[in-house]
Amino acid sequence: MMKIKVNEKWCLGCHLCEYYCAFANSGIEDMVKALKDMSLRPKLRIEQNEKISFAVSCRHCEDPICVKSCITGALSIKDNVVCIDKNRCVGCYTCVLVCPYGAVMPSDEGAVRKCELCIGNNDAKPACVQGCPNKAIELAEV
Amino acid sequence: MPINYIFPQFEILRDETRCIKCRVCENQCANQVHRYDNDYRIMIADESKCVNCHRCVALCPTKALRIIKNPHSFRENGNWTADIITDIYKQASSAGVLLSSMGNPMNYPVYWDNMLINASQVTNPSIDPLREPMETRTYLGQKKHTIKRDHKGNIVPNLGPQLELSTPIMFSAMSYGSLSYNAHESLARASKSLGILYNTGEGGLHEDFYQYGSNTIVQVASGRFGVHIDYLNTGAAVEIKMGQGAKPGIGGHLPGAKITEDVSKTRMIPVGTDAISPAPHHDIYSIEDLNQLVMSLKHATDFKKPVIVKIAAVHNVAAIASGIARSGADIIAIDGFRGGTGAAPVRIRDNVGIPIELALASVDTRLRNEGIRDSVSLVVGGSIRCSSDVVKAIALGADAVYIATAALLALGCHLCRTCYSGKCNWGIATQREDLVKRLNPEVGYQRLVNLITAWTHEIKEMMGGMGINSIEALKGNRFMLRGIGLNQKELDILGIRHAGE
Repeated sequence: MMKIKVNEKWCLGCHLCEYYCAFANSGIEDMVKALKDMSLRPKLRIEQNEKISFAVSCRHCEDPICVKSCITGALSIKDNVVCIDKNRCVGCYTCVLVCPYGAVMPSDEGAVRKCELCIGNNDAKPACVQGCPNKAIELAEV
Repeated sequence: MPINYIFPQFEILRDETRCIKCRVCENQCANQVHRYDNDYRIMIADESKCVNCHRCVALCPTKALRIIKNPHSFRENGNWTADIITDIYKQASSAGVLLSSMGNPMNYPVYWDNMLINASQVTNPSIDPLREPMETRTYLGQKKHTIKRDHKGNIVPNLGPQLELSTPIMFSAMSYGSLSYNAHESLARASKSLGILYNTGEGGLHEDFYQYGSNTIVQVASGRFGVHIDYLNTGAAVEIKMGQGAKPGIGGHLPGAKITEDVSKTRMIPVGTDAISPAPHHDIYSIEDLNQLVMSLKHATDFKKPVIVKIAAVHNVAAIASGIARSGADIIAIDGFRGGTGAAPVRIRDNVGIPIELALASVDTRLRNEGIRDSVSLVVGGSIRCSSDVVKAIALGADAVYIATAALLALGCHLCRTCYSGKCNWGIATQREDLVKRLNPEVGYQRLVNLITAWTHEIKEMMGGMGINSIEALKGNRFMLRGIGLNQKELDILGIRHAGE
């Protein structure tokens, strides 16, 4: 099973992953058009203090609490990926509260937003993995 | 404000229609050129700090940045150029020696670019390296003039220690201290993976890298930093550094700021002290003295490791090399005046030494004439930029080449020539932790492997074109070279004919 592996040793805190993520999930072909003067809506976030930084995104847990807690069945596991059905999400944010990693985030689109490993974004690898300049985010077999 | 005589060298062009204010440029610039202005909500730049290293340009996700030469100009003057005027202003304010990094950037002739390689047509077949075997394996070390046999006629092996290279390219000396830990790890891992060697430079060998010993040349320089018995015996060969192409005749100075805990331990000097390499080895004032050091190192390593003597290419290089060949050294490394450095006085870098092409040709010729060419292998460096430079160097008489600037370029270096500042944005020539981590050795080593693999492919293609199937047959084969645009004196020194001859 392929999962995103983050290595804080190589994370530079440059935040490019956030921008590539937001761009990949915007559905817009041009990065400038997608992100210029917009509030950034990435599905992963850099956690950072002065000494250390690393990207946090959905761990796609084997037994995810968010899926269990979802009151409408909007969150489900498909091929080992925790997915969100935007049409079913009612925005109760229970998943946001229960996720121990803070990887499910509220959004202003109504439904919550979370990493779905760029499935459906037409790329072989997730945008954060491709966009990381220092291989701090990798897609690895676990 | 006092008068500022020096205007910024570069101009940063930011395409506002493309900038998404992600602030990558800001967080990646160790020189603090870029910053976000909260009031105007735009990115602004202080160009006076820019060194044109391209870190911001390379990482900008929307390609909104360009750095150009500042078109601001002094009144044109063929004699008093902008560089000369600026240098005078700098020295008038600082009273200091001007420093710069990397190799001689002056517009002297590049002889590689005035030599052409031969190819087979009709009368001798060319070889397709993809279909037929092509040998790039090279052995460095003394070769014997005579074969010894026992009373039964069997050959008695009498060959001294040899270095085996899968391809005739090695990574030249760059010390830990001048380079980062991650840059060294990249070089060490790439060498192991490629079956070639890298060189520790004069800063000792970090304990983590002893595992790459069989792919390591350990250097002994005038400062003797980090030299101890385990160090000498860990390497595949020991190199005595007498000189460096970028700064012949002078020593080195690694500022105390770069002597971190780890560097201090490796170099065996206190944290924060300047590491000063004297200009000469204080125990070497003659070939006889050099012989003593060569023999000391051979004894220390039980005669199992070849000893390399590295010199800068200077005016009397052929005579000096002849002396070294008689000093017991196994390999002579010659570094041309374009060779790189972490820091050198500008006037020395730009005005001292000679081109490696001429030095190589004259040394090879002299050693052949004296009948001692086989006593040593010749390794040349000092701006080998591409695979055709390698082929030309070998055809001129080199056994292998040293590359360093090209290797750093592969690791991300953009030749901004400010290594001495210690703020390398690419994590190469720095000891600042936040900058060092920018070079992930996993990425770095692969890029080095890619570079050497590509060059080796090209070398094979060029050899195949000449109808040559092994490096041995190309070595010193100057008939394979022709000069173009060179005068008779230059052709004579290079020992080649003019194109069309």
